[in-house]
Amino acid sequence: MKSALLMIAAAGLACGQNVAVRGEVVYTMAGAPLKDGVVLVRGGKIERVGPASAVNVPAGFKTLTAKVVTPGLIDAHATLGLSGALNQPHDQDQVEKSAPMQPELRAIDAYDPQERLIEWVRGFGVTTIHTGHGPGVLISGQTMIVKTNAVTADDAMAPAAMIAATLGDGARAEQGKSPGTRSKMIAMLRAELIKAQEALKKADKKEATRDLRAEAFQKLVKGEMPLLVTVHKANDILTAIRLGKEFGLKLVLDGVAEAPEVLAQIKASGYPVILHPTMQRSYGDAESLSMETASKLSAAGIPFALQSGFEGYVPKTRVVLWEAGVAAANGLGREKALASITMEAAKLLGIAQRVGSLEAGKDGDVALYDGDPLEYTTHCTGVVIGGVTVKTEAR
Amino acid sequence: MKNRATVFALCCACGLWGQTRPTAFTGARMISIAGPEIPDGVLVVEKGKIVAVGPAATTPVPAGAVKIDARGKVVMPGLVDSHSHIGQPEGADGSAPIQPDVRVLDSMNVRASTVQKARAGGITTVNVMPGSGHLSSGQTLYLKLRPGQTIDDLLIKLDDGRIAGGLKMANGTNPRRNAPFPGTRAKAAALVREQFIKAQEYREKIRAAGGDASKMPPRDLRMEELVEVLDGKRTVQHHTHRHDDILTVLRLAKEFGFKVALHHVSDGWMVAEQIAAAKAPVSLIVIDSPGGKMEAQDVALRTGAVLEKAGVLVGFHTDDGVTDSRLFLRSAALAVRAGMSREKALYGMTMANARILDLEQRVGSLEKGKDADLILLSGDPLSVYSHVLETWVEGVKVFDRADPKDHLLAVGGYGAGKDGDIHIDECMKGSEDER
Repeated sequence: MKSALLMIAAAGLACGQNVAVRGEVVYTMAGAPLKDGVVLVRGGKIERVGPASAVNVPAGFKTLTAKVVTPGLIDAHATLGLSGALNQPHDQDQVEKSAPMQPELRAIDAYDPQERLIEWVRGFGVTTIHTGHGPGVLISGQTMIVKTNAVTADDAMAPAAMIAATLGDGARAEQGKSPGTRSKMIAMLRAELIKAQEALKKADKKEATRDLRAEAFQKLVKGEMPLLVTVHKANDILTAIRLGKEFGLKLVLDGVAEAPEVLAQIKASGYPVILHPTMQRSYGDAESLSMETASKLSAAGIPFALQSGFEGYVPKTRVVLWEAGVAAANGLGREKALASITMEAAKLLGIAQRVGSLEAGKDGDVALYDGDPLEYTTHCTGVVIGGVTVKTEAR
Repeated sequence: MKNRATVFALCCACGLWGQTRPTAFTGARMISIAGPEIPDGVLVVEKGKIVAVGPAATTPVPAGAVKIDARGKVVMPGLVDSHSHIGQPEGADGSAPIQPDVRVLDSMNVRASTVQKARAGGITTVNVMPGSGHLSSGQTLYLKLRPGQTIDDLLIKLDDGRIAGGLKMANGTNPRRNAPFPGTRAKAAALVREQFIKAQEYREKIRAAGGDASKMPPRDLRMEELVEVLDGKRTVQHHTHRHDDILTVLRLAKEFGFKVALHHVSDGWMVAEQIAAAKAPVSLIVIDSPGGKMEAQDVALRTGAVLEKAGVLVGFHTDDGVTDSRLFLRSAALAVRAGMSREKALYGMTMANARILDLEQRVGSLEKGKDADLILLSGDPLSVYSHVLETWVEGVKVFDRADPKDHLLAVGGYGAGKDGDIHIDECMKGSEDER
């Protein structure tokens, strides 16, 4: 009997429960917000979304209600699970400084799904994070995409999402080591990418011994993995674009504090942007960041998402919901700000078929709020991931 | 050179203008902090002071007053930040763990962009502190963010002629280093006690001299400052995070009878009753997530609510650059999110901090006779969508979001990090008005 119950419980966890989430306002992020809407989740997937008057809640569905309902939020770039809360050497795995370029380092080999900051952001409605190796060296390693209720790193939605690079002052190595200058950074990257191109041209692959680093660079030139470039100054942004075009890379521009100075060039490049946290501290290469950049990217028609980013001190992580709030208040507006942490983030990360909006067929990831989600004094009152109400202290 | 002369002349014009005509803010929702919110209020300021505040129906606008239509806006007192590092302040060096002789006064850059950004955040009074890497890193400065070009323009002179400020102290892990710095918590407390006992003895010698200059002990800058602390003339502004460290501060304050305000207080929710019993005020930091350092691993958004319930006087601070002065109101809003009352949270941005800085007679609320320090907000102070539109210090507008240069400071962008001249456009308008 006991084991039968356990089996049922396990099955429920695996495929999700049947849940109906009813909201006075439902931001589906696929069309106009619904007034008095219902989201039906069956077996972990969204079955139907519509006005309460048109959607019958089948018997046996657990019903949750809230003032405002949104898709589970997506943090488009974090270091959660690698950069732990204590900020001690033993819980900081986001940067390995033994070499300036280590694209072979996998995020899944460092990700700690129990790290308490993951639970922290989940309590605000964040259900999906793009996380992994952080900024701080020329190429720090790979990133991954994972739900915030994952029990193991192997549960990741995308175990190898992007390869993380940094350009500008943040990538400078200690004195006497390379790269010591911006030019050297690019020379080093070009040399590796050319090597990768030439290796791919060689017909006889059977003879080659495996080289994890070379394989990672080859994935970049083959376009199998995007290069996520953290870069802030206008000249460095243009350098990143130049590099991307030379090698036909899939590039994602990250940070881009000085984007307003080179909007036309970013737009022409076709590269998407994961913008720095709206409240990031303005110093160093990011001295000229502005709370209005999100609204300028939006006006220019450049696809972008918001992020919690990397923090080296207090607070150890930002909350992407709050970053969106300040962007909304500085010209972006509520719905576009919500899109930058839901649907736009999903599209940018290539996971829009599963998450980012409340539409039939997508994962049953839903966030519940007792008011405008972006408002300081609103609370997140519930979080559902894959149809399962996540045990979390709502905040 | 010519530029500097022009600026000086404008300052003079500004000062004169400020004294000639009263200014009346009308139509705003007024949050005076001293009483209930007034839906349609009038605030009259003259010669840098508040001369009247109340409902429109009962508060006449004086004839000849410059009227500022603030309908649809919110007026509240200028914010008081009880712990900040704007203006690139320096304090003690690495030569000793306790250096009360060192002054922020001798290091401040009032033209720093951080100072101008604090005005953009609605901050009108600020306690600028040296760092927390020492048991005592020196004397802090309480400043009014007047549109001055030199540190002297921003100082607050006390009735006895001294310059207003506190003494920064810290415990926990930040001051831990190799000798002569403490290596343990117990050593830290012993070093502090040793200095305060010396100061008690120094004070005894002064008392024994009975005013006879020939019998006075040789001047000792460190001892003089600690004597001010022992005499209650200078409040200890004490960095402390962990619950046991908080209690150590209270223990030392009781032993030596000094006035203390507890700063940061990450574990405050664990020892709220003890803080309340000691009647120690708290200057709280609100940050976005726990951790970032070992001592802050249990920091909680609900600390403000817990301390309020225990009856503790709670103010907030930016600790700028740890949090951004321009987003200071966010601290109160997040505390309310976690259960603090709106009333006490707004009090914590203003009057509580005024009391923590012993300036409650001059700033912190909109009351007749107080300094005309106020902000105009586009909406409710606790809403993410509200912006500080204008900041006024002693009747002079020091920030105007409608001015492109001020807007740049408020939101950031190319050039916003540049330290430079203070914007005094309002004064220019005023001087034209006079002509």
